Amino acid sequence: MTREMTGGMTGDTRADAYRPRRDRLWFTRSRGYTVFVLRELTSVFVAWSIVFLLMLVDAVLGGSLPEFAALAARPWMIALNVVALAATVFHAVTFLNLAPKATVVRLDGRRVPAWMIQGGNHTAWALVSLLIAYVVLRS
Amino acid sequence: MTDMIDVLIVGGGGAGLRAAVAVAETDPALKVAVVSKVYPMRSHTVSAEGGAAAVIGLGDTLDEHCYDTISGGDWLCDQDAVEAFVAEAPRELIQLEHWGCPWSRERDGRVAVRPFGGMKKMRTWYAADKTGFHLLHTLFQTTLKYQDIIRYDEWYVTKLVVDDGRVHGVVAVEIRTGRVETIPARTVVLATGGCGRAFPFTTNAAIKTGDGMALAYREGAPLKDMEFVQYHPTGLPFTGILITEAARAEGGWLINKDGYRYLQDYDLGTPTPEPTLRSMELGPRDRLSQAFVHEQRRGRTADTPYGPVVYLDLRHLGEEKIEHRIPFVRELCRSYQNLDPVSDLIPVRPVVHYMMGGVHTDLDGATTVAGLYAAGETACVSINGANRLGSNSLPEILVFGRRAGIAAAEFARSHREAEPAAVHSQGEDERRRLARAREGGGNGGRIADLREEMQHTLEGAAGIYRSGDVLAKAADTLAGLRERAEEARVEDGSTTFNTELINLLELHAMLEVAQTIVACALNRRESRGAHQRTDHTDRDDAAYLAHSLVHRAPDGTPSVGLLPVTITRWAPGERVYGRD
Amino acid sequence: MTDSAETPVIRMEVARYRPGEDAEPVFQAYDVPLMDDWAVLDGLTHIKDRLDGSLSFRWSCRMGVCGSCGMTVNGEARLTCGTFLTEYAPGPVRIEPLKGFPVIRDLVVDIDDFLAKLSSVRPWLVREGEEPPLTAEYAQTPEQLEAYKQYSMCINCLLCYSACPVYVLDPDFLGPAAIALAQRYNLDSRDMDDRFDVLNLEDAVWGCTFVGECTKVCPKHVDPAEAIQRYKVSAALRSVLPWSRR
Ligand SMILES: Cc1cc2nc3c(=O)[nH]c(=O)nc-3n(C[C@H](O)[C@H](O)[C@H](O)COP(=O)(O)OP(=O)(O)OC[C@H]3O[C@@H](n4cnc5c(N)ncnc54)[C@H](O)[C@@H]3O)c2cc1C
Ligand code: SF4
Ligand code: FES
Repeated sequence: MTREMTGGMTGDTRADAYRPRRDRLWFTRSRGYTVFVLRELTSVFVAWSIVFLLMLVDAVLGGSLPEFAALAARPWMIALNVVALAATVFHAVTFLNLAPKATVVRLDGRRVPAWMIQGGNHTAWALVSLLIAYVVLRS
Repeated sequence: MTDMIDVLIVGGGGAGLRAAVAVAETDPALKVAVVSKVYPMRSHTVSAEGGAAAVIGLGDTLDEHCYDTISGGDWLCDQDAVEAFVAEAPRELIQLEHWGCPWSRERDGRVAVRPFGGMKKMRTWYAADKTGFHLLHTLFQTTLKYQDIIRYDEWYVTKLVVDDGRVHGVVAVEIRTGRVETIPARTVVLATGGCGRAFPFTTNAAIKTGDGMALAYREGAPLKDMEFVQYHPTGLPFTGILITEAARAEGGWLINKDGYRYLQDYDLGTPTPEPTLRSMELGPRDRLSQAFVHEQRRGRTADTPYGPVVYLDLRHLGEEKIEHRIPFVRELCRSYQNLDPVSDLIPVRPVVHYMMGGVHTDLDGATTVAGLYAAGETACVSINGANRLGSNSLPEILVFGRRAGIAAAEFARSHREAEPAAVHSQGEDERRRLARAREGGGNGGRIADLREEMQHTLEGAAGIYRSGDVLAKAADTLAGLRERAEEARVEDGSTTFNTELINLLELHAMLEVAQTIVACALNRRESRGAHQRTDHTDRDDAAYLAHSLVHRAPDGTPSVGLLPVTITRWAPGERVYGRD
Repeated sequence: MTDSAETPVIRMEVARYRPGEDAEPVFQAYDVPLMDDWAVLDGLTHIKDRLDGSLSFRWSCRMGVCGSCGMTVNGEARLTCGTFLTEYAPGPVRIEPLKGFPVIRDLVVDIDDFLAKLSSVRPWLVREGEEPPLTAEYAQTPEQLEAYKQYSMCINCLLCYSACPVYVLDPDFLGPAAIALAQRYNLDSRDMDDRFDVLNLEDAVWGCTFVGECTKVCPKHVDPAEAIQRYKVSAALRSVLPWSRR
């Protein structure tokens, strides 16, 4: 795009325009932003869950399962994991709820409504969880 | 001067952008610029809702479109212009399609058409009920492809530089900085749109202030048929927001306060449940707006704080059809009138909508000033005669925007001489005048007060019905207003984005145009189309089968003459609606 | 015009910035009649016409389609012609320019940056080969139209940019509307481009952290957030399957 800017005078008021300072507390300015930042923060707990899982795997392979069980039974560890579970669930739910934004499915020329995709995702998630729970708890 | 602009287009609406692309495609070597007081995609074309007419088969013929247009215009259209328009409209709409316009479609992938007022066949293309919006954005986005088109966004043209009967450029102010520039150009195309804002109730956007008409008129180019002002029968009462004719084309009814489809009392046919072409609610706009005034006199309209209204009834169409075909109507009713047409009646009243008149041009948009062209609503070619048919205007801005662009390009190629000294001196004079207007800040009335007085004067005298004595009085009032406007108070002394100064310049333009409207209306002692005189109630072909042509006399007053209408194949007849 | 004894009034606190005069925006209060059917924009035009001719703001269509009148109303990005004043009764209501853009004057912001971004995504129909004669349209079924229609509804009001924290922190981010409009053409059955070179960039779709505010404020239900996430999927697929052009 060529926008005519002949003559040096245009520059003057362009410099005169007011440029607001960067707002470092932007995420406190609206509920939407705050929820967003919280959702992003839950990733820390998702990461922790994975670390915890790896520790478990390591304990199983290295034969130090009793020590690991003792660690996991400490009250602060239980508390941490309860919080992590809540955060992970929150993360998963919001993630699955956003999924229809990225997956537009059309059937018969009509767009499948968001709630159906969300419902489908949640159902699939529940089924997978049940399956894992069955495999783990069977023994 | 090699880098002088070859074609300078004033206006970035449908007409202006179409002209710009036409020039760029005709000869990429030409330097083309678009000056617009708003970003092009904000232009008023964006508001058009209903559709664009062009014959695309289905048992339709070019002759029928011609006939509908000419009879709709009460035989005041130039028939050679109508024939050219009707013949080129289809290719223009297809061109828009090829550029990506999201026209609504039939199941098989062809473009869909809908009925429209005054049209005997279904030939109105539409993009739901945001036709103008899609048309303008498609055009604007397409122009971005032509990187060489220079844009002066948010520049306001205050004057045409004319010397010795030939245009040499414009003087414009960059709104952001207040900088006044003379932009020399070999040709100028005016595409500034209409002037509905000269009236108090209008569907028109704030920017429709008749600037281009005033610019041309001040430099000696005559205006044509200015007395023909179209009232659209269905505007929302407070805002004047338009409820598109498409609402009636899809089957909406107009009813009075007793729930009666009153149009049947005014020789517009008999009611049928389904819409009938060229009948009842699908009659032409002038006749429908006039019927409203009669209903009001009979006491059959309902009263609101914003004056009398009738109702548009869409309830029987059902939610599905409303959502699918006219979703914008529903959106507008909800957000601006707090009602839902699925379950409520929509209060409506006639509202100023369109200027049939404008800068007098030939079929290529050329005015009487060499190198000066006009196209779109600001021009009068004329294809609209005494009353424009809905959906003829969008194709008109495309057909004649393109024609004007090509003609201007041709002129620019064959006139390569350097600019005369007058360009500089006229520019300097204008710069001083504008500085005075801003700094001097007269101590007269408020701009808004003067504007309102002008608007009410115009509505009172040049509304749906007119009479000689009221018009004569209005002419005096307007002359007085013009003097007072010279002294209007400007509170804003800033050079940065001074919209008050722009408002003042727009007021001057509107007053100039208002005077020509009243003068032409006074001069035409007959009733035709949108011009209805209570003291001369019949059409008088012997005296007035002619255009009004208004020049600006040296003392600034309008002087009106007549110009014969071009008749090719359709002899003047009676306008018949709803009974054939 | 207004009978102050009867009509209730509402206080409008309007941000003023006059370059050369104000170092930064200051608020000025005006009392305007609180009418049932007035939009915020009607309050502003009342101020300009009756109280203070020097207030500057943009507007035109007053019917929510030209995209001129976006401002920040009580902290939220809104189209002022489509927002009733009564929503903020009894007041006061704060009117500020759109956040995230340089302020030229009062409520007027500089949007040239957006226009440059818009041009950069090639927002026009890209075709290969000769254009066919202007006698027939390209066929497009209603379903094919539906596939991009929503993204074609953008009025360039820029509320989405104003609400986007990514854009406010990083002005180089291509931003919601420009990406939605690129998608408008990508998904058009008549178009032959995928705009991969301009969209698959750190400052384009990958700059989006999916806050989702753009979609919330969009007055035309364009859903730019969706447009962006969908392109992320397309871009990822294209990177994995380099031969899969759309
Ligand atoms: C609500 C509404 C609905 C409508 N619906 C339909 C419809 O369904 N079908 C139909 O056929 N017609 C319709 N019309 C009519 C049609 O929209 C207009 O006649 C047409 O869009 C005019 O286009 P234009 O290009 O001539 O002018 P506009 O689109 O009005 O553009 C004017 C341009 O000129 C610029 N400009 C003006 N003055 C200056 C200046 N002094 N300096 C610099 N730039 C300037 C402006 O910035 C703008 O870019 C409708 C009109 C209205 C009001
Ligand atoms: S996407 Fe929505 S909010 Fe953003 S500019 Fe377009 S219409 Fe406005
Ligand atoms: S004034 Fe046009 S969108 Fe509000």
